Amino acid sequence: MSVNIKIRNAVKRYGNNTIISDLSLDIREGEFFTLLGPSGCGKTTLLRMIAGFNTIEGGDFYFSEKRINDLDPAKRNIGMVFQNYAIFPHLTVKKNVAFGLTNRKISKEQREIETQKFLELMQIAQFGDRMPEKLSGGQQQRVALARALVIQPDVLLMDEPLSNLDAKLRVEMRTAIKNIQHNVGITTVYVTHDQEEAMAVSDRIAIMKDGFIQHIGTPKDIYQRPANLFVASFIGRTNLLDAQLSAEDGQSFLVFANGYKVAMNHVKDEFKKTMKVKVSIRPEEFVILENSTTGIKAVIEDSIFLGLNTHYQVKFENGVHAEIVQESRIDSITPPGTEIYLTVKSEKINVFTEDGQRNCLSGVRNDYEQYVGK
Amino acid sequence: MKQKKVLDVWTIISYSILILYALFLLYPLFMILRSSVTDIDGNLTFQWFEQFFQQSYYFSTLTNSFKVTIWATILTMLIGYPLAYFYNMFHIRGKTFLQIVIILCSMSAPFIGAYAWIQLLGRSGMITVFIRNVTGITIPNIYGFNGILLVLTLQMFPLVFLYISGALKKIDNSLIEASANMGVSGIQRFFKVIVPLTMPTIFAAGLLVFMRAFADFGTPLLIGEGYRVFPVEIYNQFMGETGRNFNFAATISVVAIFITATIFLIQKYVASHFTFTMNSLNTIERKKAKGLFNVFIHLFSYFVVFLSFLPQILIVYQSFQNTSGKLFAPGYSLNSYRVALSRVRNAVPNTFYIGGLALLATIVLAIFIAYLVVRRKNAVNTFIDTLSMIPFIIPGAVVGIGLVMAFNRQPVVLTGTVTIMVVALVIRRIPYTIRSSVAILQQIPITIEEASISLGSSKLKTFALITIPMMGSGIIAGAILSWVTIITELATAIILYNARTITLTLAIYSFVSRGNYGYAAALASVLTALTVVSLFIYMKVTKSTEITM
Repeated sequence: MSVNIKIRNAVKRYGNNTIISDLSLDIREGEFFTLLGPSGCGKTTLLRMIAGFNTIEGGDFYFSEKRINDLDPAKRNIGMVFQNYAIFPHLTVKKNVAFGLTNRKISKEQREIETQKFLELMQIAQFGDRMPEKLSGGQQQRVALARALVIQPDVLLMDEPLSNLDAKLRVEMRTAIKNIQHNVGITTVYVTHDQEEAMAVSDRIAIMKDGFIQHIGTPKDIYQRPANLFVASFIGRTNLLDAQLSAEDGQSFLVFANGYKVAMNHVKDEFKKTMKVKVSIRPEEFVILENSTTGIKAVIEDSIFLGLNTHYQVKFENGVHAEIVQESRIDSITPPGTEIYLTVKSEKINVFTEDGQRNCLSGVRNDYEQYVGK
Repeated sequence: MKQKKVLDVWTIISYSILILYALFLLYPLFMILRSSVTDIDGNLTFQWFEQFFQQSYYFSTLTNSFKVTIWATILTMLIGYPLAYFYNMFHIRGKTFLQIVIILCSMSAPFIGAYAWIQLLGRSGMITVFIRNVTGITIPNIYGFNGILLVLTLQMFPLVFLYISGALKKIDNSLIEASANMGVSGIQRFFKVIVPLTMPTIFAAGLLVFMRAFADFGTPLLIGEGYRVFPVEIYNQFMGETGRNFNFAATISVVAIFITATIFLIQKYVASHFTFTMNSLNTIERKKAKGLFNVFIHLFSYFVVFLSFLPQILIVYQSFQNTSGKLFAPGYSLNSYRVALSRVRNAVPNTFYIGGLALLATIVLAIFIAYLVVRRKNAVNTFIDTLSMIPFIIPGAVVGIGLVMAFNRQPVVLTGTVTIMVVALVIRRIPYTIRSSVAILQQIPITIEEASISLGSSKLKTFALITIPMMGSGIIAGAILSWVTIITELATAIILYNARTITLTLAIYSFVSRGNYGYAAALASVLTALTVVSLFIYMKVTKSTEITM
């Protein structure tokens, strides 16, 4: 009984302080949708508006065809998982999980069966009669998830559910969450500030900043063709270089400060002209050439061997620093002080207008564009 | 639209509480204020204020109160602080026993201490007579300033001890180690690290001691004699056998409230410069003191606690003595218990009935108010929060007078009823219960309630099924402490009680004032036993021998 969520022109104000001024969004049925952004971007605010714990100052919220703006949170049929788990400390694990069912008109036997089913699904059946304080963080998180899912909610909302866990458990739990969501097939809205976590679990991600959505897309789309400079630098690591875009006979070229020139094949027609641009080059999109004179000249300042990869800190002639990641080689690591030339993987890098607002390349898939200007 | 309806439930509770405060707090205060500026015929006049400030006979009650209160506050600090420091920093033999005795001392009614000390050091007190017979020397007079100061200090230093102990437990051991690392230890550390870190608590404890000592009524009434303080003057003006003057009693009350309010605000202002929060992972480890210092801290601790506990020992001893008329006679029996309990047959049932009702009302109201203040902040609830703190600064006798003035006439007549006794006790106790409930509630993350609501529980159901059970143990612990203060309350109840609503504490006072010390001792021992039982229940509930106020 999953639903799709439709949000149109949402507004959130605290007094005179506007957090969200005009936000529209569609979350598909059964989708794992993540709201990702730095703290204070409004992602938790939006989630709590969907849950009904924050008032809605404007716009419309729909679960399928039903408008939910004024619906009591208790009646929205949502399952929610909180950052601090919000396990009832005075109830056993089993009673915690069964709590939502006691508010529904179902028989005691059915309640037992459902509770047991989800305890087993979350692999916590053996802790049923324990008090929550005797459980580890990961186990408490499983209780919270079982409790949210057992009521067969229309929507599952999760507010930074993994941020209180240690790194190893976080990875383990995010896989568990992803699998459970997939099996249950419930529409899920997930809030996090951890971009790696978002990439790992989501079908689609909405990147938010200052109450505005910057980009909605699959993890791959967002990483490879970010809609703007903010998205490029928020998702993954990237190096930003100033350069110039030019066009000769319909072919675009990117020219770097020292004259290094690269042919670019995906530039949109409207940008086939001479203009200043910002280039986003991820650490793995550089190629290091030691015995060459083409490319951008740089000096290696430091290197960090991390096994699979080796990270290099380099400095360009104009004083700008950059980070480069290369697959580790079996021979020696290039020592600091070495002069090198860098070329770029032109099909992978991204080029933005000088104000950083738009990607000059084609291939950007941003589902948010449909709402802009409406 | 459904949400609006649920909001209304809490709004109704909000306004109901507001009405209760208006009726039982603001209306009585207004009546006092009105009486203070009207003459016998009800015309506006300032003659009472003029009389109070121009005649040193009256004005001196205020300076006397101030003098004895300030000295009492200083002395309780000088005794209570070192005791707490020694207790928490060093190993002291029998420390659990010591702590329980200290808590017991803090819980007895002050006037019982006063009358016990009269038995010991009064004109024909046991110690006085003993010293005179052995050495021929007459020791200095216990009555007046010295006596009040002695009794108040011994009564109140346990409060300072409990407050400061709480603060010392919040200091992380690493702060002690860090200061030792930087070469600061011993007495230097005490003044440079420990005292500054406990400054907020020193102010809080100081204010509490000041307010209680300033408003204490039983002690000066019994032991004060010629040393006249204002709570006694209010009582005499209001209840005295000669020269009663309601208006003048109201005037003194207004002056007293003005003073306590000023002290309260000054304390708030000064204390606001010393606020910080500490969260200790490792509490301070007790060390073993060496040599003479070790002897000193043991002597000091046991001596002050013995002094403080002496009245209780004496009273229990006297309760078993035979009496002949008002004098003690040789031999021991349970006669005093038998006679005392049969003379005031309803004192014990009343204590449970009136005290129980007051406790229940206090807890229910406090939980509702705490919830409104913490979870539903708005202008009305902030106002309720402010109102709820007012009783903290109003001396008990003034509460009593206000209630009489307000409810001995139409439209609402309550004087002489159980209701007015319950109301008085609730008013006296509720600021403390609200504070502790607020503290408990603030510890509960709001997401737990949201989780319950998102699982389909209504807001009231969530409150009943989640919030209240989670506050549970904290509420019960607070309730037991409230119970003890309710059953030992005197200043307000003495103005309101009659034969039908007399409680144990009031019966003790009435026996003391008539000189029936044997009967008083018997009832006081019953009261002490009740307190001890309550205390042990508290320890069972909280699973600790520590008490936090």
